Amino acid sequence: MEQQKNLEGYVGFANLPNQVYRKSVKRGFEFTLMVVGESGLGKSTLINSLFLTDLYSAEYPGPSHRIKKTVQVEQSKVLVKEGGVQLLLTIVDTPGFGDAVDNSNCWQPVIDHIDSKFEDYLNAESRVNRRQMPDNRVHCCLYFIAPSGHGLKPLDIEFMKRLHEKVNIIPLIAKADTMTPEECQQFKKQIMREIQEHKIKTYEFPETDDEEENKIVKKIKDRLPLAVVGSNTIIEVNGKRVRGRQYPWGVAEVENGEHCDFTILRNMLIRTHMQDLKDVTNNVHYENYRSRKLAAVTYNGADNNKNKGQLTKSPLAQMEEERRDHVAKMKKMEMEMEQVFEMKVKEKLQKLKDSEAELQRRHEQMKKNLEAQHKELEEKRRQFEEEKNNWEVQQRLVEQQKLDASRTLEKNKKKKIF
Amino acid sequence: MAATEIARQAGEGARAVPLSGHVGFDSMPDQLVNKSVNHGFCFNILCVGETGLGKSTLMDTLFNTKFEGDPTQHNQPGVQLKSNTYELQESNVRLKLTIVNSVGFGDQINKEDSYKPIVEFIDTQFEAYLQEELKIKRTLHSYHDTRVHACLYFISPTGHSLKSLDLVTMKKLDSKVNIIPIIAKSDAISKSELAKFKIKITSELVSNGVQIYQFPTDDETVAEINSTMNGHLPFAVVGSTEEVKIGNKMVKARQYPWGTVQVENENHCDFVKLREMLIRVNMEDLREQTHTRHYELYRRCKLEEMGFKDTDPDSKPFSLQETYEAKRNEFMGELQKKEEEMRQMFVQRVKEKEAELKEAEKELHEKFDRLKKLHQDEKKKLEDKKKSLDDELNIFKQKKTAAELLQSQAQQAGGSTTLKRDKERKN
Repeated sequence: MEQQKNLEGYVGFANLPNQVYRKSVKRGFEFTLMVVGESGLGKSTLINSLFLTDLYSAEYPGPSHRIKKTVQVEQSKVLVKEGGVQLLLTIVDTPGFGDAVDNSNCWQPVIDHIDSKFEDYLNAESRVNRRQMPDNRVHCCLYFIAPSGHGLKPLDIEFMKRLHEKVNIIPLIAKADTMTPEECQQFKKQIMREIQEHKIKTYEFPETDDEEENKIVKKIKDRLPLAVVGSNTIIEVNGKRVRGRQYPWGVAEVENGEHCDFTILRNMLIRTHMQDLKDVTNNVHYENYRSRKLAAVTYNGADNNKNKGQLTKSPLAQMEEERRDHVAKMKKMEMEMEQVFEMKVKEKLQKLKDSEAELQRRHEQMKKNLEAQHKELEEKRRQFEEEKNNWEVQQRLVEQQKLDASRTLEKNKKKKIF
Repeated sequence: MAATEIARQAGEGARAVPLSGHVGFDSMPDQLVNKSVNHGFCFNILCVGETGLGKSTLMDTLFNTKFEGDPTQHNQPGVQLKSNTYELQESNVRLKLTIVNSVGFGDQINKEDSYKPIVEFIDTQFEAYLQEELKIKRTLHSYHDTRVHACLYFISPTGHSLKSLDLVTMKKLDSKVNIIPIIAKSDAISKSELAKFKIKITSELVSNGVQIYQFPTDDETVAEINSTMNGHLPFAVVGSTEEVKIGNKMVKARQYPWGTVQVENENHCDFVKLREMLIRVNMEDLREQTHTRHYELYRRCKLEEMGFKDTDPDSKPFSLQETYEAKRNEFMGELQKKEEEMRQMFVQRVKEKEAELKEAEKELHEKFDRLKKLHQDEKKKLEDKKKSLDDELNIFKQKKTAAELLQSQAQQAGGSTTLKRDKERKN
């Protein structure tokens, strides 16, 4: 259907990317980042270091300073501007996570929060009157692993298993400056092994056509999970002012690639893959949520076996189809009922006919009978009449004879006398 | 810098914090742009205008390539839309361009329904997108958007005013698509006539309430050029794919005995302006307007038609699930009702038929009762007759017996008399 055409001169649509650039800057950007981990793992410090600002300060304390009895989910929104680009950053944190003695279900408020953001978006998207929808969905979740050096805790595994299909999870090893590089290596290997073993799907860097980029991506993949260090203080090292943590034995520099993976994290999270994190959230996680939600609504009560393969229909089309099925079913039912009805009527009519025939026959029979009797009677009467006539004739004859005889006798008598 | 839309939306809920260094999110627009470039762009143009106004030629000229096949004849029975999709590439930007041409527009004697196929086409594309958007498992990211982003309406270069067909058609289209009216084959109009023509067209459009596409002036970067261009609407264009040598360059032009009309000469026609506005500056905005305004309007109307509505925004928030459930229940209820009705109808019929048959049965029995009675009567008559015959028979028998007795007596007496006589004789 599509034909490749070559341009023979300047057209101008090569300017499209600039148009897109312009419009996106005018609109501004938004990003929601969630941080999860036990208290004291340096989450707020890391956020401050990542965004080079005092997002968390004395006035707005970080999650670990807000002691909660149960796990809460709270968000703070900040507006930051850089190079003409405005970003609305929402940080979602979970004070109280993993801090209780019994941490069962401490992931539930997190799941509920993510789902509720999806639900808000779905509802906004489904309105009849839609406005420009703010995207408050959680685009990325930084999961902080305590630097125990041994492996993942059961809570870590449980949390990641439950959330890896709802949000992009980037696992981080917190407070990496408590481990030596070798220990860190071992720890990382162990964690990756366990992640694979439990089939946890963490955020994956997309493949590109660019060879250079792919090489960089491969390098990052080898260093997963990233071990980070954060700091709110600036220290002078070799004449340079850097963010770092001052120890008696030296300074652990946050942005030094040999000390920790912080720079990789920042580059990946903010400078190169922020848009991709949003796209994966929109195209994968949100769509999963949406299709599950809508499937539940549509197939409520319907025959699920029939419909398993038909999720590519919109619910309205589904209703149309159900309507058509129902109409067909009704037609069939109507036909069957009609048939049964006709059959029964036929039966009844037949019976009636038979009964009529029977009665008719009997009547005929009786009539015949009667006629026969009639005839018999007629015959009898005729015979009788005949007999009677004969007899009467005979009698008359006899009488006549008698008369003649007596007359003759008389005559004779008379004769004799004379 | 003016507040961005996002900032406005966030409102009071967000606090602005200063950054103490370079974080790096200023690369976001580039990240976004890279993704779009990788994904490729898509643009759909609809050309509406009478046959012979140079629509295909203009497309060829605009996109610097030979697109379609043969020019159409005037004998089309109705208006049809022919669309073709092309893959173009300029530097690293890939564009999937679809050009839809209206074939046979304005050729019929009765043009009342000419606009209908066009409106239908536009609606069909909206519908396809809506269906995809409503699917449960959808792939919007890789969906090939066929919605019409721009409609170039070709006006005949009569030099006087718009035809009524033009006004009617544009009025029907203005709420569905971005209309960019252009004066076709404008090399037929002189400069002075052209100015008057443009003014006349613009005033006619305004007085008839036709909304044409205005180049956006809200973005400072392009506000100036766009507002200037807005004043030049409608663009008077000339299209040509033939090249003529002017000076030492080969340029696209139309050669007349009295001179050469150069397509890309801004003094000769507005072709360059059209290209600038349509492609180089506002292509993305046209696409955006289609998506956020025209498509939303279509969607809203369609959903309202189907009975969906938002619940009162002041009360509890809108829940998609509830609406679907309510719709579905209503729908199922309807079906149930229909089923019940049908059943009832059948029950009724059965009752009626039964009554009928019962009647018939009754009649039959009555008939036979009558016959029976007749028969009884007959029988009785017969019996009576028989009885009377028997009686007669009996009487006769008696008579006979009596007579015979008498006779035998008489005979006996006669015999004795005879005997006596004989005896007397003898004596």
